[in-house]
Amino acid sequence: MRRRSFLAAVAVGALFGNVSRAEERVIKVLARKFEFVPNEITLKQGETVVLELTSDEVTMGFYCKELNASAEIVPGKAVQLRLAPERAGTFDFICDVFCGEGHEDMAGKIHVTA
Amino acid sequence: MARPIDRRDFLKLAGLGGAVFASGLAGCAHMAGSGAGEFYFVQLSDTHWGFKGDALNPDAHGTLPKAVAAVNALPIKPDFIVFTGDLTHTTDDPKERRRRLAEFRDIVAKLENRNLRFMPGEHDASLDRGQAWMEFFGPTHYSFDHKGVHFVVLDNVSDPAARIGEAQLAWMKGDLDKQSKDAPIVVLTHRPLFDLMPQWDWATRDGKQAIDLLMPYRNVTVFYGHIHQEHHHTTGHIAHHSAKSLIFPLVAPGSRPKREPIPWDAAQPYRGLGFRGIEAEVEKPEYKLAEYPVKA
Repeated sequence: MRRRSFLAAVAVGALFGNVSRAEERVIKVLARKFEFVPNEITLKQGETVVLELTSDEVTMGFYCKELNASAEIVPGKAVQLRLAPERAGTFDFICDVFCGEGHEDMAGKIHVTA
Repeated sequence: MARPIDRRDFLKLAGLGGAVFASGLAGCAHMAGSGAGEFYFVQLSDTHWGFKGDALNPDAHGTLPKAVAAVNALPIKPDFIVFTGDLTHTTDDPKERRRRLAEFRDIVAKLENRNLRFMPGEHDASLDRGQAWMEFFGPTHYSFDHKGVHFVVLDNVSDPAARIGEAQLAWMKGDLDKQSKDAPIVVLTHRPLFDLMPQWDWATRDGKQAIDLLMPYRNVTVFYGHIHQEHHHTTGHIAHHSAKSLIFPLVAPGSRPKREPIPWDAAQPYRGLGFRGIEAEVEKPEYKLAEYPVKA
């Protein structure tokens, strides 16, 4: 099974689509050359949130290995990624679709508080 | 003119460079076909022509020419020279991309050995799916045979999401199907085929599919670039060796919270940069690696 397929299947409740549940917090994240806005996201341990990822320019990637969260972000098509982190900590995420001169610095952090 | 090398030659040569690393399955004898024996080739990687940044390499315009001169000065002439990607540093400007590719081509034209094998890195090819790169260097994946060794060049960068892709994997399977299970096979590629550090983008998304295709073959070795340092790893019986860069080194995998370059050290200029000589002993098969520094 491909890494992305695997991650989509098991990722801490990651869900692609346009449906979020009413009680879930939705955090909008814009991926643009060459930064995520916001690039620091704070969650509570056990809280289920939905990252709504968008890009206006080129296809970008979102990859957080420690939270098993991964998505490709195609311009004009929001992708929702559900997270329910079970442990506290700070977890790095990157853009893993090569998008230009500043791609290698395009990263952020998810802070999960206890 | 190239001439056959023997063990004494190679050890003498390696002594000029540094560490020698043996890769292969010693004792796993292989009855090689015609033309089998020994040969020597050189791997250069991650030259990033067009990079600017004095903090990392104040001699960015001089490092590649120095490496070319060093290869030309090797006492044993290689049969061929491979460049495992990131020939140029990325640019969003297609004209500038072509200018850098042209300059790179002109610099490596000074190599006395004209048997050159190229493959792209993501800096060369990911922004236009290899279009500009192919204008200069041709197909991004192919295979060739040399003195009993089958070489497979894989492109895991033209897809900006770092996939080899179904079409290329199908081509790879067809290419491997023509080989016997004990044929010596060398894979040349840019990114690691295994998950070295996916969180640092040091992986190929469908690399496992390529490794699965290679697993039935008993004598497989992979040479790659991308991570700007020497690294050795095995997946089952398959050895994977990354090469140093010719622009700036990166920190060791997992040694820091994030991937980052190692700054230039004026007290030790060109530290961490270099290229590799590889002695292939086809009948074992075994590959002896010698790492060569860049010198002022």
